[in-house]
Amino acid sequence: MDRNRLHNQVASMRRSLFDQGYLDDQFIQLEELQDDTNPNFVQEVVTLFYNDSTRLIQNIEQALNSRPIDFCKLDDYMHQFKGSSSSIGAKKVTNECTAFREYCNAENAEGCIRSFQQVKQEHAILKRKLEVYLQTVRQASQTA
Amino acid sequence: MVMAASETKFHVLAVDDTLIDRKLIEKLLKTSSYQVTAVDSGTKALEFLGLNNNDHQDVEVNLIITDYCMPGMTGYDLLRKIKESSSFKDIPVVIMSSDNIPSRINRCLEGGAEEFFLKPVQLSDVNKLRPHLMKRTQTNVNKRKAMDEIVSPDRTRARYNELEVN
Repeated sequence: MDRNRLHNQVASMRRSLFDQGYLDDQFIQLEELQDDTNPNFVQEVVTLFYNDSTRLIQNIEQALNSRPIDFCKLDDYMHQFKGSSSSIGAKKVTNECTAFREYCNAENAEGCIRSFQQVKQEHAILKRKLEVYLQTVRQASQTA
Repeated sequence: MVMAASETKFHVLAVDDTLIDRKLIEKLLKTSSYQVTAVDSGTKALEFLGLNNNDHQDVEVNLIITDYCMPGMTGYDLLRKIKESSSFKDIPVVIMSSDNIPSRINRCLEGGAEEFFLKPVQLSDVNKLRPHLMKRTQTNVNKRKAMDEIVSPDRTRARYNELEVN
């Protein structure tokens, strides 16, 4: 009963992602938008997010390394980052972005640097979890 | 003379500088049976409408949904340009933003926006668009009827076939 096992695995992983606060309702919106005309919609959006956010992370790193720090530019990058992460339902990542922007508004460089480590960490954790989850979803649908 | 509603798809012009959000809003609109054109800036939106040149535009747009925060021309700037144009001021405009700032929301609504959606936009938001489109279509039908009667009575029949929506 490989198929049942895989489907159970998918359901369990999915539940865990929501229960542990990695994903919120917006991710469900993405799932609901996936249909026969767009069978890979969720994966496509997630991929777009990771391509986009990788670029933003590099920009933010650069901005944090320059002296003096341009807090306006930093906030602008983080605004984009936060927008994208909330668009895919990446709850923890979005929360860390909010925390970062608070340090940014206060022009607290150390706070920004620390907070950014958290953003990157959550970003990486979710990336790994989503990769595994979406791979399992694919396997389960192929074993139909 | 009467067209079935399913044959008429409203055409929505979506404007957002972020690729992910553009993809999302496009999918949301298509799922709701709208025809969609998505562009990444206010400038491109105006070009699409034909506002940047004097050529008569053939494109029919029934609603414009735009992001607020965009480099160059903001959603508010775009809203004002639409409302100040004689050809397009009657097209309903909806603004989206990830920031919940009451003064911004008020400004947009006072500037002529029909709705202000907080991002991420969901299907329930897109469902709110239809009344604005239905109302607008009826207004256009009434306006054109009145105009045609003044211009040339025998040309009105063909026009009615295109415009009537149940």
